[in-house]
Amino acid sequence: MASLNINNASKTYGKTAVLHDVDIKVGEGEFLVLVGPSGCGKSTLLNMIAGLESVTGGTIEIDDAVVNDLPPADRDIAMVFQSYALYPNMTVAKNIAFGLEMRKVPKAERQKAVARVAELLQIEPLLNRKPAQLSGGQRQRVAMGRALVRDPKIFLFDEPLSNLDAKLRVEMRTEIKKLHQRLGTTIVYVTHDQIEAMTMATRIAVMQGGYLQQLGTPKSIYDRPANTFVATFMGSPPMNLIPATVSKSEAAVSLSVPYGNAKQSDISVPADVQTEHLAHGQEVLLGLRPEWFELVDSQSVQADDVTGTWRFLHQVTITEPTGPDLLCMLNFAERTEVVVRLDADAGVEAGDTIELSALLDKAMLFDKLSGEALNNTL
Amino acid sequence: MNAATDASAIADTVRRRRRSHLIGRIFIYSGLLLLAAFFITPLLVMLMTSFKTMPEIRSGNLLSLPSSLNTNAWRLAWSEACISVSCEGLNGYFWNSIKIVFPAVVLSVAFGALNGYVLTKWQFPGANLVFGLMLFGCFIPFQIVLIPMAKTLGFLGIAGTTPGLVLVHFVYGISFTTLFFRNFYVSVPDDLIKSARIDGAGFWSIFTRILLPLSWPIVIVAVIWQFTNVWNDFLFGVSFAAGTDQPITVALNNLVNTSTGVKAYNVDMAGAMIAALPTILVYVVAGRYFLRGLMSGAVKG
Repeated sequence: MASLNINNASKTYGKTAVLHDVDIKVGEGEFLVLVGPSGCGKSTLLNMIAGLESVTGGTIEIDDAVVNDLPPADRDIAMVFQSYALYPNMTVAKNIAFGLEMRKVPKAERQKAVARVAELLQIEPLLNRKPAQLSGGQRQRVAMGRALVRDPKIFLFDEPLSNLDAKLRVEMRTEIKKLHQRLGTTIVYVTHDQIEAMTMATRIAVMQGGYLQQLGTPKSIYDRPANTFVATFMGSPPMNLIPATVSKSEAAVSLSVPYGNAKQSDISVPADVQTEHLAHGQEVLLGLRPEWFELVDSQSVQADDVTGTWRFLHQVTITEPTGPDLLCMLNFAERTEVVVRLDADAGVEAGDTIELSALLDKAMLFDKLSGEALNNTL
Repeated sequence: MNAATDASAIADTVRRRRRSHLIGRIFIYSGLLLLAAFFITPLLVMLMTSFKTMPEIRSGNLLSLPSSLNTNAWRLAWSEACISVSCEGLNGYFWNSIKIVFPAVVLSVAFGALNGYVLTKWQFPGANLVFGLMLFGCFIPFQIVLIPMAKTLGFLGIAGTTPGLVLVHFVYGISFTTLFFRNFYVSVPDDLIKSARIDGAGFWSIFTRILLPLSWPIVIVAVIWQFTNVWNDFLFGVSFAAGTDQPITVALNNLVNTSTGVKAYNVDMAGAMIAALPTILVYVVAGRYFLRGLMSGAVKG
């Protein structure tokens, strides 16, 4: 178990900068997931932690010791690669023991360590096979075994599940999480899959274009995204961003949201947005997750101006049943499609006009130009 | 149309197809046999002539079989034929060739593998330029390097010696072996090297423990290539080796050109067979690996 500090780390290749001043502190036993689209710099950052890429600026510390110039072998880390990178000429047992052999661990001890790991991962019957004779899932297990056997300070995972089929991926996801709970080792895990990030991480670092966009718990990333990139990258379907305009007078501040056929609602500003920062006429985006809408039962009679909600009538363009949920698309305006997640048994069909209430106490507000969140509870 | 005529029509078509298929096969195989005979004839003539006696050669026809397996010519070529002034046969020169070939092949293959490893897995600035220059070496004709090479050997004080000739073949072979190994190692995933580095393996242990065990197909290609090239070389042998240090190719030439009255065709042919045997052997033993090695980069194993 170890802590990992990444202090203002940057990386440039010649004149192209691929990583800009990334600052992340990972505590002992944390499961940090680096997530972002391809080319965002997450794998580069992982390779820098491993020592496979040099650090251009800033420092990387393991247990408060700067490791910038330490070769990978001396950092006491282990890494699982997307391609597994098993040595094709060695048996599974030799693959697992190779790291120990290079560290001159005596043979008897090596065998004991291999046996322990093989039992942990249930790969004992495979020990004498060559990697070519294994299935994808088995190779994945062996690759994990090779990382586990050395009992390193930090585990690094580089998209380890991308080469598996969907079912196996979900299984291995749970298994890695279980292993983390059991061993408590610090893990840094790279993925482009936001569901993997949400399900496994204790903390998520969302990256894009070489910049760290947001660092936080899965819940805070999901509910309180720092900007429109995070809001739309995390979550499937992504957060709805509905254009709105601030109307500000002496007496009150509200948002006017155009929707449907030239209809417009005046709604209250989310409670955690400081209204003094808003200007009259400012263009903003109202961020609402698909599940932050509720179908209003037409029988229930409610006052129209209950604070904290926004009720409106709208026609459903298309419905997409996913099994547990029913996704309804509402065409608010040209190029503004709002997705609402309803109960699978809601009985809504395309063409229906439904009444919805949006949970405004959760809503996010983003500046349209900068894309930054205006809520202040971050 | 009813079902019966349908069936017979189909059977007709099948029969017609089969017949045209058969005719095609006959053409292909007879063509192949003809070409095979064309290519094997010189070798057969050599082999048959080497077992004939001189009167048989004078009287008979070139393609007739020898009356008996007379190995006299082989014995003469091996240990008694006159090569310029000494009459001790080819055997000394055969061992000369072996003494040249083995170190030259081992060195050039070993360095080629090492070069390929560094050029692909320990890339340094300008690695591609270095590789391009080495590749250039593959296209330099032998004749161009003769005089610079002679100067170099003279400078090193190994002109006219076996080590000198080994050096020439070693240096000349590096371009090719580097090309082979570099192209082979390019297809080995970099993750393997990264993983080994994290596991604590250094430059040499990655090479010997991870890469070399994967390299046998390309090692065989490089060995066959180098072996046949060095063994069959005449120009470097005749330029850089003197007297009794000459390789067998040069000795064979001298044997054929040394006239002691009658031209002993059977001895010449036996000598040529002796000179060709090792390369034939290498191809027969390792030939199928050669093809496999050449193909191994193309298809994912």
